[in-house]
Amino acid sequence: MYKIVKARQLAEKIYLMDVEAPRVAKACEPGEFVIVKMDEAGERIPLTICDYDRGTGIVTIVFQIAGASTQKMAALRTGDSFRDFAGPLGRPSEFVHEDLEALKKKRMLFVAGGVGAAPVYPQVKWLRTHGIDADVVAGAKTKDMLILEEEMKAVAGNLYITTDDGSYVQKGMVTDVVKDLVENQGRHYDICVAIGPMIMMKFVCLLTKKLNIPTIVSMNPIMVDGTGMCGACRLTVGEEVKFACVDGPEFDGHKVNFDEAMKRQQMYRTEEGRAVLKLNEGDTHHGGCGHCH
Amino acid sequence: MLKKVPVREQDPKTRAANFHEVCLGYNKEEAMKEASRCLDCKNAKCIKGCPVAIDIPGFVRQVKEGNFHEAAKVIAESSALPAVCGRVCPQESQCEGQCIRRIKGESVSIGKLERFVADWFRENGVVPDKPEHTNGKKVAVIGSGPAGLTCAGDLAKKGYEVTIFEALHEPGGVLIYGIPEFRLPKENVVKPEIENVKKLGVKIETNVIIGKSVTIDQLLEEDGFDAVFIGSGAGLPMFMGIPGENANGVFSANEYLTRSNLMKAFRDDYDTPIAAGKKVAVVGGGNVAMDAARTALRLGADVHIVYRRSEAELPARAEEVHHAKEEGIIFDLLTNPTEILTDGNGWVKGMRCIRMELGEPDSSGRRRPVPVKGSEFVIDADTVIMSLGTSPNPLISGTTKGLEVNRKKCIVAEEVNGKTSKRGVYAGGDAVTGAATVILAMEAGRAGARGIDEYLTKTGTP
Repeated sequence: MYKIVKARQLAEKIYLMDVEAPRVAKACEPGEFVIVKMDEAGERIPLTICDYDRGTGIVTIVFQIAGASTQKMAALRTGDSFRDFAGPLGRPSEFVHEDLEALKKKRMLFVAGGVGAAPVYPQVKWLRTHGIDADVVAGAKTKDMLILEEEMKAVAGNLYITTDDGSYVQKGMVTDVVKDLVENQGRHYDICVAIGPMIMMKFVCLLTKKLNIPTIVSMNPIMVDGTGMCGACRLTVGEEVKFACVDGPEFDGHKVNFDEAMKRQQMYRTEEGRAVLKLNEGDTHHGGCGHCH
Repeated sequence: MLKKVPVREQDPKTRAANFHEVCLGYNKEEAMKEASRCLDCKNAKCIKGCPVAIDIPGFVRQVKEGNFHEAAKVIAESSALPAVCGRVCPQESQCEGQCIRRIKGESVSIGKLERFVADWFRENGVVPDKPEHTNGKKVAVIGSGPAGLTCAGDLAKKGYEVTIFEALHEPGGVLIYGIPEFRLPKENVVKPEIENVKKLGVKIETNVIIGKSVTIDQLLEEDGFDAVFIGSGAGLPMFMGIPGENANGVFSANEYLTRSNLMKAFRDDYDTPIAAGKKVAVVGGGNVAMDAARTALRLGADVHIVYRRSEAELPARAEEVHHAKEEGIIFDLLTNPTEILTDGNGWVKGMRCIRMELGEPDSSGRRRPVPVKGSEFVIDADTVIMSLGTSPNPLISGTTKGLEVNRKKCIVAEEVNGKTSKRGVYAGGDAVTGAATVILAMEAGRAGARGIDEYLTKTGTP
């Protein structure tokens, strides 16, 4: 069992949990992910690591309610436990193993969309720890949905916030901000890391391709085991089929086939929708889900 | 006497709609009667057909006399997982394939007798003893499938302190995630086998991915392990590389079976979804293909098995093919997919195939299938399950210094003792051979235990 030492809600449907997982905390690096399973009947859910403390053995995860399983998970409180917490999985962000002096010469831009701020945070924090200031563009639908603002401010070089509805700082998409920084404010970036909803990553990549900025994205497809065994997470990257769990989750965003990835992400939408239905209706649930008789 | 005592099975129509075990096994009387068919050959060929050389006439003789406990002891000398092997071994190409009774009639039903003895032994509460003293030497076993469980059990009996590291949340490896409930019951057969290994003092730590959570070098250098056995199993599923293969509704057999077996998606009280499909095409002809097909059938689908060679070349156990047919699975033999067709939303709507004919034998000795020109046609399907085998997982070989792999990226290990190119590291099972059988993995686990014991006895460390 993996104890939750702190659970708190960050925004509507977005939750943060600090979990005791010493093996993961000791071994993990920015860019990697874990698979959690809340109880015997639960799904295996892949979540990118948001923070870690090797000393205390604590790993921080952030998740957004997306289906029945994450909805149940959101009800967990401080003192509760996850049945399973496996990791770290995937490959670390490329820069972790780059030559530090070469890295220091690069200007890096991070683009975080919604809950994507969670996996961006440990990368920016790692860079700050190693003496590198990276700029961050953080976007949210509305002010209340913006997460980890203070934390990000503490580790980023410049932090540019934007909201879709203009309820906080400025109105606009993350792509508007990136475009403005490069085209109007004369910023130069050697590399961009974009993490967020697939549709956001797709549009950031379309833009950075035009702006000629190499871009890394972190893919979050459907997974089961997370160790390469099932192939559910396969993606087309360039001409090749890759498994996000062992080849990624980070890929060259200019080569990822986002349209295919987005279609694949819908695969269980009906099944997941059905599970939510069953959960909400409880004992009163009879028919309509396609599963009951 | 020419025919086997028939084994009781669930009726095909009934079982096609449930996940209970298909074969019900012999009772005492049936087992003793079947055992009496054994000719007790002096030069018993069946033993040579058994990968672990069980003294088959020896245990069958005890069954004939009703001495089931003695029979179990004879099997235990050679096999660690008899309840499993009695159910999943390809007996027709091993022990039973060599039985002298086959010259005129049917072989002795050795597999069913082994299963009977193992089940009797378990049900009668005979538990293995934990050794009184450990020898203070620590061994790490990677993977809790048939290779790992056998290796761990053998070493624990010899007094070693053994910890098994399992990447998934449940121990058992392929016995849990791969082979379905209707062929190998989890609660009644697999879990007790795992419990028995634990009773020997073996610790099992789940959710540890060796190569990621901790490396083999760390286990040896930092965590105080004196030796390591790698039984990490098969690996990454292969796909055909044909157009449409990433469409929604195309799964690897690994994914489909893992969802159903490990995650119990077939049960309403578990949360993991499975796209059951109404019209399912399974590509491949091995045991895994049969398992996937019969799982889909039980989830309510019409199922076709699409295989590019003919029936004679089907690599699956004869019993599985027979059961699959009885249950209503349709075999499209000498047929090969060329493209998966999708609807506007990216979902599978059919599979284009081409007829094949058998040409000259290839390197495997089997006649090579070649396409028949102009014979393309479309199979109506909403789900396609690819069951084409696996390629090795690089997680361990890529993170262990000095561990040699071969051209196919399988770990190189000596067959007799599991010794690898790295000192103190032994390996066996699918990680070494590529996809094979439970019994061969078990034998490799046993060989690895022998190798580790010799190594740690000789070196005298720590």
